[in-house]
Order: sequence, then structure tokens, then C-alpha cells
Amino acid sequence: MEPTDVRDPNYYHQVVDCQWACPAHTDVPGYIRLISQGQFDEAYLLNRASNVFPGVLGRTCDRPCEPACRRGRVDGTPVAICRLKRVTADLKGDISDRLAPIPEQKNGKRVALIGAGPSSLTVANDLAPLGYEITIYEKFDQPGGLMRSNIPNFRLPAEVLDEETGAILDRGGVSIRYNSPVTSLRALLDEGYDAVYVGVGAPRGKELDLPGRHDEASSNIHIGIDWLESVAFGHLDSIGRRVLIIGVGNTAMDCCRTSRRVGGEDIKVMARRPREFFKASPWELEDAEEEGVEIVVNHAPKRFVVEDGHLVGMEFDVLEWDEGARHSTTVDTVIVPCDDVILAIGQENAFPWIERDLGVEFGEWDMPVVDETTFQCSRPGVFFGGDAAWGPKNIIWAVAHGHQAAISIDNYCTGVPLSERPAKGVNLVSAKMGMNEWRYHNDYNPSPRQQMTHVDLTERFSSLNLEVELGFSAEQTAREAQRCLNCDIQTGFKASACIECDACVDICPVQCLTITRNGDEADLRTRLSAPSNNLEQALYVSEPLPQTGRVMVKDENVCVHCGLCAERCPTAAWDMEEFTLISPYAGTSGVLRIPVATTAHEGRN
Amino acid sequence: MPSITKPLIPLAPLAKNELGLTIRDYEGAMSTLCAGCGHDSITAAITHAFWELSTPPHTIAKLSGIGCSSKTPTYFVRGAHGFNSAHGRMPTIATGAAAANRELTYIGVSGDGDSLSIGIGHLAHAIRRNVNMVYVIENNGVYGLTKGQLSASADIGTRPKKGDANVVAPIDPIMLGLAMGATFLARSFSGDKEQLIPILKAAVAHNGLALIDVISPCVTFNDHEGSTKSYRFMREHEVKEVVTDFVPEREEIAVAIGGRETRSVTMHDGSVLTFRSVPEGYDPTNRISVEEYIRDHQRLGEVVTGLLYLDEGAPSMHEINHTPLEGLNKLPFSALCPGSAVLEDLMSDFR
Repeated sequence: MEPTDVRDPNYYHQVVDCQWACPAHTDVPGYIRLISQGQFDEAYLLNRASNVFPGVLGRTCDRPCEPACRRGRVDGTPVAICRLKRVTADLKGDISDRLAPIPEQKNGKRVALIGAGPSSLTVANDLAPLGYEITIYEKFDQPGGLMRSNIPNFRLPAEVLDEETGAILDRGGVSIRYNSPVTSLRALLDEGYDAVYVGVGAPRGKELDLPGRHDEASSNIHIGIDWLESVAFGHLDSIGRRVLIIGVGNTAMDCCRTSRRVGGEDIKVMARRPREFFKASPWELEDAEEEGVEIVVNHAPKRFVVEDGHLVGMEFDVLEWDEGARHSTTVDTVIVPCDDVILAIGQENAFPWIERDLGVEFGEWDMPVVDETTFQCSRPGVFFGGDAAWGPKNIIWAVAHGHQAAISIDNYCTGVPLSERPAKGVNLVSAKMGMNEWRYHNDYNPSPRQQMTHVDLTERFSSLNLEVELGFSAEQTAREAQRCLNCDIQTGFKASACIECDACVDICPVQCLTITRNGDEADLRTRLSAPSNNLEQALYVSEPLPQTGRVMVKDENVCVHCGLCAERCPTAAWDMEEFTLISPYAGTSGVLRIPVATTAHEGRN
Repeated sequence: MPSITKPLIPLAPLAKNELGLTIRDYEGAMSTLCAGCGHDSITAAITHAFWELSTPPHTIAKLSGIGCSSKTPTYFVRGAHGFNSAHGRMPTIATGAAAANRELTYIGVSGDGDSLSIGIGHLAHAIRRNVNMVYVIENNGVYGLTKGQLSASADIGTRPKKGDANVVAPIDPIMLGLAMGATFLARSFSGDKEQLIPILKAAVAHNGLALIDVISPCVTFNDHEGSTKSYRFMREHEVKEVVTDFVPEREEIAVAIGGRETRSVTMHDGSVLTFRSVPEGYDPTNRISVEEYIRDHQRLGEVVTGLLYLDEGAPSMHEINHTPLEGLNKLPFSALCPGSAVLEDLMSDFR
């Protein structure tokens, strides 16, 4: 293999599994170390730099970082990254004076953002400090988009959301027009904005057209996201005693738990497929079941049963699935009695307000054609992001899109080609402080993952808005933060200093080091100290070693970043180096701009 | 020493041996030797050898004397029996232990100071008695524990870190072994586990005393220009002509690959030792030719490594002394100490 080039920002970035998996590339180990040091303001700000809504995401994120976390491969359970993010929001002080200042002198460019959800707010967050005048059009009378309308208050208290949207909306540079749904893109374009960003989400809940759906009982059949919205805005505060939720995604979980709080007692979530194929996050399923919600598998809805003008139940085919749950056979038919049904089977995009003669091209599924790197559609100056671009994803993706769209809008407004994007950078600094002393806590902490404490079930349903999760205690925070393996403290190797004494190879607790003759990757993987069974993790290969010409090979798979290789190295050929990813944001134009192919999806990392 | 102890990682993908144990089960305490010490590599090689042989840890006895080398038994196989004796007396204690309990696998770890200066007499007699043990000399040519004075194994002309070059002829433990009638003699280098581990495994299988002289650079006091026991010197002057494979009894014997000459020796326990790639005319069972070969290379400033001499037919201490098979420690007291009447009887034979 060729020697590994650690100057490539992507090499060490991939070693930091959580940061690589995060669409917004949040510096997770960095903020967890700050938590350990009690620097909560800094930890919050480090989060905010990349994900903008640490308080919101610390409660509601889909957490792609956690399944990726190295700790999961080391002791079976990942670090509670999301919970620690909430800790930064819970314990921070006033950080308002540490946010990027909004200049009095504007740059003369006006940008319209449609929708005040997470992606639009991220664009505003990035562009307002550069002097842009931002106008946001919002259909409701409060900001936040689905964070406001679809995530119940018992999971995300309104004041947390208010604070974080306020940090963007209330500091100048951004004006927001509430109760102002955009009904015509043409009319908006006619107002002469320099750029328009469409961040309207995927606002339409999917319909289930079965017999009985549109009969007289239809007032007891609800579309999940609309129903959650009605509850969120106080238009609705009750539901029948027996509720069926159709669908088993995260919206279904919010629907069943909300039902439990507005009068539902016998609540069943009806799923077509077996449990391992559910879309809902495992923790959301657990939380729902803890609240007494029953999850019923292998039931396919067939018809709504209406008697005397009242919804009395729903008929289901009971299915048996083959292995892999691709094909099913109906083995029975049952009627499950109920008073209300909530449909939570997905969301769709809808752009009835975009005239089709504006040069905004629509493609498959009547979705706008959007460039995956620049987020621009076929009409220059009009950008899409969040769920509006490629259908429903989640908040953290919306934020990642917002950052990239802001770069594009800044380029567009300053006459820089959209393909010339600020480069990703990397910084490596030795973590050495003295003889076997490091700027991080290098010992492995065997603590198990800390469990979140919930409000007692006896109290929990007393108010619709009572937050269920109590957050981590100081002790839990300290323990959980120490579970982080500091994957961003990299094992830097200088081949020219190596005397091949084997000290590092011998001391490594997971046998991830090998000194051997070079070969191709498949061959090298057969000759490593420990079985190399995770092909997704890279092999580091050094330059040839001075004395024998062999190479140092490191299997990055389960390195615990304990630094023992560096402590046992007599020549300091190994050093622990703190890796910092320099993520590009709008206005970081001082950084070298490099042309990139516009077909690659930047955020997909 | 390191700031932390080597952590135990629950899901580390480590291979298991026949007993279901991983290499981590054959480790000991954290080493307090200098970072980069050759001794630590030898410790790792011993750990590997016992793990690969699937030797139950509690059937191993590890012994040592005094010095940097003699600290190392603490650092491998924490489940083994151990004895840290007085300076140079490891072979004596080992002889006594092996005499009493012949069922354990004995490994003594010593250094050039411990074995070639203060303890040389004890070493010579252990060789002569052919005690059934593995005897590792971690040979770095200096007294590392007392700040790097040259030891009895330092070559003529070698320079200490400070002071004048050595003028006194070295004691070569292999030559000593040949002279004393050793039955298993090997030399290796701490920086070459591919060679050292098979030699250690063969040494465990050998019936009698297996002496292994391992050149082990002292990274603090003897790894500089002018040293003949540095990492660089060894890499430039090592002659690895006698390449050996050790195949335990229970494994199928693979056909030896290439090489100038291949010969196999079946060991006491049924294992097979294959000399692969032996130089022409070299006979690892002929004392005289081995001595000549080593001398010839020494004159060229080269260090010959490998399993250099083997006499698998010689009787070990227990056979020489006709000791009971079940071990002295298993004999009932009445048999071990049959009383003054029996003694009187015995004594009368000599009168």
C-alpha cells in the first residue's frame, strides 16, 4: 500500500467515527472534553458552530453518530453523545455576547428564506453575520418549523426552542414575517431578492385511501403530522379512549405518546412488518412502550369499520412474512376496535405554489431538480435545502444542508462560481504536555453507558408539556464524558524516527499495530497482529522504516486512543496529536477555495 | 513507566488459543523498564510463545535473579508461579524446584550480568546437570540498572555511552554452553519475534536445559554508534542462516519451503523441529562444526542467530538421577524420609 497521507482532511476525519457520521460534522470528542473540564459555554459554542441547535438536537437528534461510535465496537454500547449535547445546553451560561456579531453596515444583498425551520434558520445564522439582510416567510405564528409543530413539548420544551431560534432571529439582520405562507414563487421573485432559499420541509402527511376513510366518520381519522401540529398550537386537546396509530416511524411514536397525554388510554401502534424493520429509533420505541403503548406487528390495514356514522374499529390482515420480510401471506383477518385512528405512514413534498414556468425544473416524483453540492435548482439564485430538497430526513441533515446552501448563496451574491467552495481543512497539534502527560485523559474508563432518568409514570401525564427526560446528573455527566475514547487525539507516526524496537506493538491493548513487509491491502489484512475483520475501517501504512524497510501498519478499527504506543516509544516516533477538522462555512473565504465536482454530495459524508 | 495500566478492552477482536484464552490472559503487570527496552520485546515473545502453545498458565514456573532482565517475569503470565531469587542464583533455585516438581514448565530469565558475572558458576552447573528448563539470557552488554557499565558480554572494541572502548574479551554464553555440554543452544534478537517465538516454543518442548542468548538492546545505555548490541548494529550484522520452524506434536507437519537444506528432528514430546535453510555443511547436532561456524562469523564481526545446536538424545536431570516419574513432591513423607533405619542401611553400603 502507498503510505497514508494524514494531511488529507478525510483520513483522520474518518477515524473520528461520530464526527464522520454526523451530517454537520460536529466535533463530538472536542465538546465532550470541554464538558469534562467544566467548560460548558465553550462546549455549547463548539456544538453550535456546526449544528446550530444543541439544545434541540440534544433531545431530538436522530443520532447517526451513536451507531457509528467506536465505543460501540469496544464495549457494545456507544457513548451517549446526544445526552451530553443536551448537558452543554442545560449547563451553559449566557453566551449571547459570544455569538458572531451582526454588522450595522449591511452588504446590500437581500435574501428571502421560505419557512422558518431548521434549514432556513441555519442559512440565516450563517449569512446574517456577513451583512446580509434576511427575510423569512413563515406560515405559522412561531418559528421552528417541524421542531415546533411536530415534536411534542414533553420531548422538547418550548423555551429551549425559543432560546435557540431567538439566538438567530432576535439579534438583527433577520426579519421574519409570521402567518405569511408563500403562495406564489413568482410574486416573491418579483420582490427583487438577490437569492431565494426554499426550506419549507415536507409538509404533507401521506394519505391512506382505504374503504371508510372519507365516510362520515372521517373526523376521527387524523393525519399524524397535522394532528401533532393541532395539539402543538393548542387547537386540539383530546382524543378517544382507544387509539390506533398506523405506521411505526418516529412520527408514530410522537403520536402515540401525545395521545397518551390527551385522553388516550388503550393505544396501539399497528405495524405491517416485524420489529427489526421498524423505522422508529429504538430509544423512541422504548420510551413509547414504557408509557404503556402496545406495538402490534404484522398487521396490514384493510378498511375502516364505520357503524351508524361512527368509527368503531379498523380491519387488518394478519401477515406472515418470509425471511427478510420481503413477501407476506395473509393468515387471518381481525377487527381491532378503536375510537380514533392516526395515520403516520410518512410525509411528502408539495410545491403547488411554485409556478412551473419559472425555470425551476421538476423531475421524478414531482420533486425539484437540485444540485447535491450547491443546493441550487435549475433556476440560478433559487436554492433548496432540508426536507424540501430531497424529501424527509431529519433536523441534523437540514442543518447540514443549510450550511452548504449558505455558502452557495454567499458565492452567488458575491459573484464567485458556486463550484468554488471553501476547502475542508485539518489541523494537527501535539497533545504532549510532558513525560507521559497529555492534554486529554488517556485512561480507558470501563463505566457502562449511563441511563437517562425519566419523570415517574405517575406524574408524567399530569401535563402535556412536562418534559419526560430529566437530563444527566453531574455524576452521570462525568462518567459518560469519560467513556468517550477521544478518537480525535490521533496516533501520529514519524517513520524516520522508528528504531523498530516493537515497544508500541507489544503494549497496544488491542493489538492494532503491526510491523511487517508491505503488501496490498487484502494481503496486509491477513498479516496483522489481531484479526482484521472490519473492512470499513482504514489501515494506516507508514513510509518504509529506516532499519529494515518494513512498514508500520495500524488497523484503525478498535484503537482506543490510550496513547500507550506514544508513552512506550523511546524515540517519540509516535505522538498523540489532536485533530481538528476545519469545516467550511459561508464567509470563511480566507480559506483556500478549491473547485469541486458539483455532482458529489458534500453532506453525505 | 506509562501513566496508565494497559486497559482490558471487552470486545477487542483478539484471537483465542486452544484453551479459549487470548494473548491478554498471558500478560503480566505493566513493565517499569525504559520505553523501547529490548527486554519488553522478549517478554512479549515469551507471552506469545506460551499463548500459542496453549500452556495452562498455572503449569508454568518463572524464575529470575537480579537486574533489569530479572524484573521481567513479573511482566508475563500473571497466572504462573514465580520466584525472584538472589543475584545470580536463579539456576540454583530452578534446579531445586525442577527436582522437587517435574510437572511444571520452568522458564528462567536472566541477564548478562546475572548469568555471566555473579552467577556464571550456577549457570555452568545447571547446564551440566541438564535441568529441564528454558533459560533465557537477555543480553544487552551493559549493567543497565547501575547506569550502563560494560558487562562480561561486551565485545572488544565496543564503546560505552561514556568512557573508553572495551579491551577485555567477552564471554559468549553459546560457547560456554558448547563447552559445558549444553543440549539446546540458540541465539536470537529481541527485535525479531518471527525467529524468537519458534525458538522459545522449541525450547519449551526440549527435554533438558534450553539456553537462549537473546541480544536485547539497552535503549538507554547501549543503543548508540559504536555499540555492538544496538538495534541498528544487530540489523546490520545479524546472520540469520539457521532458520527453524517449530511444529507442535498435534499439528500437521507442512512441507518445508525451499532452502538449501532441510532436516527435521523429532523432539522428546513428539513435536517436530524443522531446520529450514541451513547453510551447506552446517550440522546443528555437531558441537565442533557449530563452534567453528560461530567463530568464523565472529571473526567477520557478524552475529549468527537461530537454533544453533541441539542434542535431543541426551538425558535430562531426572533421567540422569533416576528420579521417580511422579515427582518428588508427590511422594508420601514416609517414602521421601524413610527414617534412620533405612539411612543406617544405606550408609552401611558405603562402609
